[in-house]
Amino acid sequence: MSTTTFHPDTWELYKSLELSKQLTAGETLAKLGKDHPEIVAMSSDLSKPTRLWDFGKEFPERFFNFGLAEKNMVTAAAGLASTGKTPFVSTYASFLGILAAENIRTAVAYPNLNVRLIGTHTGIAMGFYGTSHHATEDISITRAMANMTVISPADGTALAEMVEESVKTYEGPIYFRVSRGREESVYEKTDSKTHNKIGKANTLTDGNDLTIIACGIEVNESLKAAKQLEEQGIKTRVIDMHTIKPMDTEAVLKAAKETGTILTVEEHNVQGGLGSAVSEVLMESGIPCKFKRHGFYDEYSLIGKPYHLYKHYKLDGDGIASVAKDLLDK
Amino acid sequence: MTKTASISPEKIELIKEKAKMSRLETIRLISLAKSGHYGSSFSSSEIFATLYYHIMNYKADDPKWPKRDRFVMGKGHSAVGVYPILADVGFFPKEELDTYTQVGSAFGDHPDMNKIKGVDFSSGSIGHGLSVGVGMSLGARVDNENYRSYILMGDGELQEGQVWEAAMSAASFKLGNLVAIVDNNKVTVDGNTEELMNINPIKEKWENFGWNVVEVDGHDIEALVETFENLPPADSDVPTAIICDTVAGKGVSFMEHGYEWHVANLGEGDIKRAIEEIEGGN
Repeated sequence: MSTTTFHPDTWELYKSLELSKQLTAGETLAKLGKDHPEIVAMSSDLSKPTRLWDFGKEFPERFFNFGLAEKNMVTAAAGLASTGKTPFVSTYASFLGILAAENIRTAVAYPNLNVRLIGTHTGIAMGFYGTSHHATEDISITRAMANMTVISPADGTALAEMVEESVKTYEGPIYFRVSRGREESVYEKTDSKTHNKIGKANTLTDGNDLTIIACGIEVNESLKAAKQLEEQGIKTRVIDMHTIKPMDTEAVLKAAKETGTILTVEEHNVQGGLGSAVSEVLMESGIPCKFKRHGFYDEYSLIGKPYHLYKHYKLDGDGIASVAKDLLDK
Repeated sequence: MTKTASISPEKIELIKEKAKMSRLETIRLISLAKSGHYGSSFSSSEIFATLYYHIMNYKADDPKWPKRDRFVMGKGHSAVGVYPILADVGFFPKEELDTYTQVGSAFGDHPDMNKIKGVDFSSGSIGHGLSVGVGMSLGARVDNENYRSYILMGDGELQEGQVWEAAMSAASFKLGNLVAIVDNNKVTVDGNTEELMNINPIKEKWENFGWNVVEVDGHDIEALVETFENLPPADSDVPTAIICDTVAGKGVSFMEHGYEWHVANLGEGDIKRAIEEIEGGN
């Protein structure tokens, strides 16, 4: 592969990629690659923005750039998985979980193959690129597929830990949903401790007045909201529900019983996403609970820089705190 | 083609008989389901039989043998013609076929790799097959294995854009171990391919996508054997497309060339006529 993208003349792209520190799948796979010859990886002309190239440059013979052909790439990944490989497929979520949805359903989920899909730049992380590059439907789409595990890690450490678990012990297809990689981290990366286990929610703060269940980059924003609420005397339990499917229902039911109020927060349409998944668990449990889904309210995002958009849609710490307050006051 | 096939007349006769068996069993199985794909199964019968009784390496008692050649049907709706062959070569007992399309059966209109021994990949969504083959062939390359992936597609399937994504990638990845087989029976569900959505010229399309192309009569066993036996080596750099000139509904006069028989159900009298024609045919 040419390295011209890293020429000093293209400093801006170089700088942009440098900022994507939370996109850790490539470097994690590069570390695992020697002991796990079954790992192969592929992207569709976005190996650098997804940072999957961190694996590709170490193992060029096990890395495939499919060009702008996502449906072919996903289906070929399924073919590779049928020969015993564990393919990691990464491109923007709008072109993976949405554009290639039928291929994921029919070629990956239905045959229950060990393909790991990593949709990056999800939600509205692409800001002013617009709706074509946003992905606020991918949780909904992928969680409707039988056999599929759906994970939205809070940061790069969480992604790295669960990518590693997915190589070493996890069976079946996985859709990882991650952001642009420029976000603040939630978990401290250490060699001695693993913070994230697929299927097990993390309770990050204790509190019995309210629970915020969040996924992806909204976990960190929810922690900021919890801090603000604490200053107002409201003790908030923040749960990182990184695995949306299969969901840690115990954590949800415990929160409903102990705090009586649940707010879900996601960078996704409230139709069919994390909030919907939590509400299904709650309704079927019969446990009474004040409840609200927060995210995009069945709308496409405005154009704008992500920072301003998160504020506009109340998906930053301030916004989430105000939504939580309204819910409690209801 | 200058090279000749290394096959005895007896073996050619055997493959012919197996193609007949596939057609007869297709009629029997569809009569159980009361609906099925006759036309496009019959156009592939000789291709199925040539691959399974002469060309492909596989072990019926070890269906997941890693070094086996792979066969994927982009046109998964022809599975009813392959199931009897998989049973006949020993992947599973023939009696299992009697459950065809019943509730809970492993055998549906489209094949399921997790339920049927000998099926290398589930299919049904037309246009996926060649991409699966690209993945399988890449897998062979990564593992330094010499097996081939044979992907059967219909001519109508070539209308799917994904086929050409896959064709482009196979040439770019230099997958000489990938073989596309086009069953050019010239009909789709709604009509004749050329009138409905023209995909001609087929040969030039594949050539322009960087493939080695061979044209052959898809019902001539000797010609098929010769074509498959003279494929470039699996470790070569250029994938091969075999364009098979075929007849939809081949072997049953009232079905031949008719797109109306893509999915159908024969009545009792027609079943008798069809069986007589197939048994009496060459």
